[in-house]
Amino acid sequence: MVELLEKAEAALGAYGPAILFYGMAGLVVAAAVYAVLAKKIDHGAFSLMACFTGVAGLYALLGSDFLAVAQVVVYVGGIMVLVVFGVLLTDRLPIEFRQITRETAVQGLAVAVPVAVALLWAALGTAWPERAPAAPLPEGTTEGIGVLLMTDYLLPFEFSSLLLLIALVGAARLARGGRK
Amino acid sequence: MTGPLLLAAGGHPILDIGLGHYLVLSAILFSLGILAVVARRNAIGVLIGIELVLNAANLNLVAFGRYTDAGLRGPVFALFVILLAAAEAAIALALLLNLFERTGSVSLDEADQLKG
Repeated sequence: MVELLEKAEAALGAYGPAILFYGMAGLVVAAAVYAVLAKKIDHGAFSLMACFTGVAGLYALLGSDFLAVAQVVVYVGGIMVLVVFGVLLTDRLPIEFRQITRETAVQGLAVAVPVAVALLWAALGTAWPERAPAAPLPEGTTEGIGVLLMTDYLLPFEFSSLLLLIALVGAARLARGGRK
Repeated sequence: MTGPLLLAAGGHPILDIGLGHYLVLSAILFSLGILAVVARRNAIGVLIGIELVLNAANLNLVAFGRYTDAGLRGPVFALFVILLAAAEAAIALALLLNLFERTGSVSLDEADQLKG
């Protein structure tokens, strides 16, 4: 983490980390906006991929190297492949189902704007118990996460493997549809 | 909200962006996801919105893990969320393919029957 910030500082000056944050935040928000508003759903899906990559960059900036890699592998590599398959397999729809109409846009904004106001109010109006970031671990977070998963979080870890197995079998069964 | 300063190896401070920036970004992402969930009629568009919401929540978890005493528990929780998102996406797309095979569309307005 500190190396990343130091490299950013060396390349971009003292404001390097801030430039990195705002660059990635801009990418994430722009890609997310396009993913939500794109007329063609396949364009939206690829835009979402860019958004997830930007989020992975933010994880790296936050010092969570393991999570940044997991984000790229699972989201960009796995979930997005699923979404793109879904788009390709169902992309024979009449155009009106792809678009956001005036009516649904009003409904969406009626829900999303109050949510945004409430969240921003909470995020900016609360005095969070902030402390200076801890001294970053030179060896990264992977070992610590592994130890936590094998000790404190062993039960959720085992349950999640069970859940993935059930989801896998269920998805395979469902995707066969009516065919026996 | 000013970011706390991080000390580089040479002892001079590096500007580190604060917790508030991440919370605001996450709030924006979350609201965009909600917008997609409500405004889209295409089920895949709704799925994209759900993924945005989950990513916004994850960003918050990791940011809190870094800037508060939660430590590594934030990233571990986010890891479980990623895992659930993977299971959810697989199931959702299997359901969508099934729906598409039966009705020829993935419009949520047409998928209003519990028994079909």
